[in-house]
Amino acid sequence: MIHKDQAMKVYRTMLSIRRFECRVEKLLMENRIYGPAHLYIGEEAVAVGVCANLRTDDFISSTHRGHGHLIAKGGKFKYMMAELFAKSTGYCKGKGGSMHIADMTLGMLGANGIVGAGLSLATGAGFSAKVRKTDQVSACFFGDGASNQGIFLESINIAATLNLPVIYVCENNIYNVNTKWATIAKHPDIADRALGLGLPGIIVDGQDVTAVYDVASEAIERARRGEGPTLVECKTYRFKGHCGVWGDPRDPEEVAMWMKRDPVSMFASKLITEEIATAEQLLDMEQMLEKELDEAVIFAENSPSPKLEEATTDVYSDTNMTVGNADKKNLIETAPEQDIVSKYWEGTN
Amino acid sequence: MKQINYSQAISEAIMEEMEHDPTVVYMGECVEGRYGDRTYEMPISEAGFTGIGVGAAIAGIRPIVEIMFLDLITVAMDPIVNQAAKIRYMFGGMASVPIVIRAPLGAYVSMSAHHSQSLESWFSGIPGLKVVLPSTPYDAKGLMKSAIRDNNPVIFCDHKRLGGLTGNVPEEDYTVPIGKACVIRPGKDATIVAYSFMAHKSMEAAEQLKQYGIDVEVVDLRTTLPLDEETILNSIAKTGRLITVSEACAPCSVASEVSAIVMEKGFDFLKSPLKRIHAKFAPIPFAKDLEDNVLPQTAHIVDAVKACFFC
Repeated sequence: MIHKDQAMKVYRTMLSIRRFECRVEKLLMENRIYGPAHLYIGEEAVAVGVCANLRTDDFISSTHRGHGHLIAKGGKFKYMMAELFAKSTGYCKGKGGSMHIADMTLGMLGANGIVGAGLSLATGAGFSAKVRKTDQVSACFFGDGASNQGIFLESINIAATLNLPVIYVCENNIYNVNTKWATIAKHPDIADRALGLGLPGIIVDGQDVTAVYDVASEAIERARRGEGPTLVECKTYRFKGHCGVWGDPRDPEEVAMWMKRDPVSMFASKLITEEIATAEQLLDMEQMLEKELDEAVIFAENSPSPKLEEATTDVYSDTNMTVGNADKKNLIETAPEQDIVSKYWEGTN
Repeated sequence: MKQINYSQAISEAIMEEMEHDPTVVYMGECVEGRYGDRTYEMPISEAGFTGIGVGAAIAGIRPIVEIMFLDLITVAMDPIVNQAAKIRYMFGGMASVPIVIRAPLGAYVSMSAHHSQSLESWFSGIPGLKVVLPSTPYDAKGLMKSAIRDNNPVIFCDHKRLGGLTGNVPEEDYTVPIGKACVIRPGKDATIVAYSFMAHKSMEAAEQLKQYGIDVEVVDLRTTLPLDEETILNSIAKTGRLITVSEACAPCSVASEVSAIVMEKGFDFLKSPLKRIHAKFAPIPFAKDLEDNVLPQTAHIVDAVKACFFC
């Protein structure tokens, strides 16, 4: 159960995601930012319900739709916005953009352009915790589409076998890009696949943050106790098209039906009904977040673009290794003599 | 100094590094107990456990992931090429990926098309990766140690035919630097650039070429990414002739890259057109005669070098 003291923080995080994504959508429409940006609007309860149970040193892996995950793990508007504006002050210094947004210091292992890739990365982070004998947990966010990649089965099977501290959070929004789940899969529930892999599989209402929170809480504590992974399938829906402002071919009636179950307003009503907050307080919060977003946009717009020489830095750790750097004029002068011949070669037979 | 074989050299490197660093672990298929409790037995899920190794590397340990045969790496390309290689860059330098992918390569072992390939060229043009291919026990141990200590993803390809090869290895701790080729035989008339098992075939050829009065220098690349251009070009500056020898097919290969570098930066030194000795453009066949026919043999190298002089 989300404790009263925590409820406002949970709501604030959900609203942060919603406001951030609405601002991104606006900036895209105004052509002030470019490139793909997959919006998380409608799925906020999933990232927040799970991450509210995690510590800063726990890990999460993300998807191409990663803004919500980063905010839920503690990401800051201004560095995110700067990344979307392709500026050197962004989380990835302008090298990643929306689809690779990350903050490793928060254990957020990066949004990822390859569907399903996060499944093995999150499992690896859990494996690392096991090897280092810490009680860190790794939460893996992935979509319904990723659950049909081989890496889904491979990763979860290994996690189950080694009892790794991982929670697999499937954001089942029923669409693989624009293709409906029923067109590409026979069975409606991804959680049922857990049975064949030897771990618990749970279905939860992904629009209800308290429900997600409760299920995640139990799964995460279980993982932390060393009792192994859990597969949690959150039935959810994205309120916008697959990517940015590129349009939405889905049935408008279906979209409207799902929008009646908006996770942010549902939780707001709950807070008001249970007298945890007043409508006025929630509105104030929204205005504060909008102000923060204004500041983030100004920060991003005023930030410098990456220097051109940065195009080839960060390729390798430790050294800025460059390929193709031999200098012809020094070749003959520096030609080594026989002494570099490996004496160890002569010992081989 | 002691004599050990190539396989033992690799194992010694891994065991010694495990002693130094508690975060070094070994993951692979049928490896149970090989390095005590630091070994993690994996199912036949190369994509899965390679990706897990990558995730574990960014989260604080140093995994060595064994792909039983390099051919099997085809199913693990995403974690290597899209993830391990790019994670540092995509995230603006926020992470390191200290992982070793050990994948034995090579033919001449009658294992046909799915257990014999030399796919090193695929990885040797990917920014973010390093690729090493030792030819001796000394290099195998020293390069494995460097690979484990490196903070970047390293593809370590040992050759299946070299496992039993014995050689001298120092008693004390040492490393072989990644990115440094080695002149394994000095000569003045022509340069053979080779690596892995082909370094041995090239040495045999160089020996035979003495009878024709041709003094061949052999450069063992040891690393194909990053390429040691300087050692290659220094040798060409001295000999004026280039012959590459590789087990891979020619198109878009490491040999192509070496040739292009020499044409771009060493053209003035060349006294004759360069030559590439390579596998014929076919999968590796099973029948021994066919396999021998597809692959480079010592006689081919001898003929190619002679042709540089008597064409």
